[in-house]
Amino acid sequence: MTDATIDPPVGTGSRGRRISKHALLVAFGVVMLYPLLWMVSSSVKPTELIFRDPSIWPSRLTLGNYVDGWSALAHPFHYYLVNSALIAIGAVIGNLLSCSLAAYAFARLKFRGRKFFFAAMLATLMLPIHVLIVPQYVLFSKLGWINTTLPLVVPKFFAHDAFFIFLMVQFIRQLPRELDEAALMDGCGHFRIYWRIIIPLSVPALTTSAIFTFIWTWNDFFSQLIFLTNPDLYTVPVALRSFLDAQGETNWGQLFAMSIVALAPIFGFFLAGQRYLTQGLATTGLK
Amino acid sequence: MSDRGGTGMPSPPAPAPGPPPHAQPPATGQAPVAGRPAAAGSVRGRGPDVPPRRRRRASFARRRDRVAYVFLAPWFIGMVVFTIGPIFASLYLSFTDYTLLSPPKWLGFDNYREMLDDPRLRKSLVVTFQYVFVSVPLQLILALGLAMLLNRGVRGLAIYRSVFYLPSLLAGSVSIAILWRQIFGNDGLINQVLDLVGIEGTSWVAHPDFALGTLVLLNAWTFGAPMVIFLAGLRQIPQMYYEAAAVDGAGVVARFFRITLPLLTPVIFFNLVLQMIGAFQSFTQAFVISGGQGGPADATLLYTLYLYDRGFGSFEMGYASAMAWSLLVVIAALTAANFLLAKRWVFYSD
Repeated sequence: MTDATIDPPVGTGSRGRRISKHALLVAFGVVMLYPLLWMVSSSVKPTELIFRDPSIWPSRLTLGNYVDGWSALAHPFHYYLVNSALIAIGAVIGNLLSCSLAAYAFARLKFRGRKFFFAAMLATLMLPIHVLIVPQYVLFSKLGWINTTLPLVVPKFFAHDAFFIFLMVQFIRQLPRELDEAALMDGCGHFRIYWRIIIPLSVPALTTSAIFTFIWTWNDFFSQLIFLTNPDLYTVPVALRSFLDAQGETNWGQLFAMSIVALAPIFGFFLAGQRYLTQGLATTGLK
Repeated sequence: MSDRGGTGMPSPPAPAPGPPPHAQPPATGQAPVAGRPAAAGSVRGRGPDVPPRRRRRASFARRRDRVAYVFLAPWFIGMVVFTIGPIFASLYLSFTDYTLLSPPKWLGFDNYREMLDDPRLRKSLVVTFQYVFVSVPLQLILALGLAMLLNRGVRGLAIYRSVFYLPSLLAGSVSIAILWRQIFGNDGLINQVLDLVGIEGTSWVAHPDFALGTLVLLNAWTFGAPMVIFLAGLRQIPQMYYEAAAVDGAGVVARFFRITLPLLTPVIFFNLVLQMIGAFQSFTQAFVISGGQGGPADATLLYTLYLYDRGFGSFEMGYASAMAWSLLVVIAALTAANFLLAKRWVFYSD
């Protein structure tokens, strides 16, 4: 009895309470995921079943929705996947380079105005994109960048996503200073320290940033809707939305199938990198 | 601030990427070779008179600043071109009539005056506030509740955490908006399930009383992200507090309200600020589910949707800028209020 009170943290409570706790968690998880699972199963059902079959076990299987949905728009669906992927990859490269440079300065260098600039950077985290989008649109249209991918990629090379500066600063601050101080003693410049020491040690933070950037860019609808009005440049979200508008509610099967294709890369990154995602999220929330 | 950035930026030649020997703090580069940490003292003794040393220190500081500014250069440029410039440009545009086709025409406060008697704007404000102030508390309560359930020693914690977190990654996509539109539609999943228990549903997304509720549910569905942050925060609470409380005979409820909740307030505050700002910016889901119109009867006309409609539907850039600036003021005021109120309830242990 006394042993049990000394060791309360693991497996709190009696066996019955533990089981009911798991039952609660599982029930909640099922409710949470049911819509997703149902969408997956509906994508392989004939469309008429989608309207009357709430179960996630399809009574009849067909891949027709995927085949027909793939070619239902002006371009085959992989065309839009490539458009989206190119923008997302550009955004990832831009964010990693520009945000890590700024983060190194904030985390490791002393300079005049550091506190002020850091506060300014944090303030931009709270800035809604809608405040900036109108003048940005004016700027980009003056530059002739509307209906190009430039407005979606170029700002990333200038550390426009301050969230990732913050995330990397938090990470770099945790790294031991001995290594870069020793390198400084040995006559290494800051660029060499940044490139040879900090970047290799920051791979976890860079991975987190890369995955988040990819997912957010892949999902981003607002700016792609505004900057890409030419159907030849449509990305996956914009293409899906035009699919929905064109087909109305008659074609849920194909819409679901293509929606799942659109979600697949995110799901893949989630499976491969969830440790980085949850840890990255946790470090931004603390301290 | 931008001019100081300007002095830092266009001077790239000075801090060359290589290690120029004189760029280092004087003589310390040689110190490790000699293995004499006391070398620093002898270095200081070398300078015979004060002024040059001070000058050297000043130039060292300037060089140090310049290195930092080079690292920050991309961010500085981005700040000026894509953030600060646009903020002031939109302030100017908000006082003009501007359609992109002809140069902006100065209007004074007309746009703001128009906003005051714009019924759709008023409606969109009501809708947005309802959305934010219902969905964010709901989301945070779910997040905290689940984090408490998952905290400390639940078997399969990693799996539960992943399952609850997954919707946060997906919910912003058009795919999920499409799914939501079906689920809460007339022949949707919800009504199919209700039908099994003999209840006849309606088309929830097309009903003015329920359409916004479906969006609130969608936002609550993303409680996983704040939950992950809560879990990390819970892990930082020292175990000994609970042990001490248990010795004193404190029950589960007392421990939650006396230990967990107070020590978690900084994390609650962080989540509250972040999720509120995020909720104010919601756009995709309302846009896709309502077919871009914010319907039915403007029931899902979030502020951002209306802004898009005026700015990019009818290209009234001046009016849209006035709306954007008002949004900025509202969010800044709410964030400031959050920070001021935080003094009353957020507990910092150190």
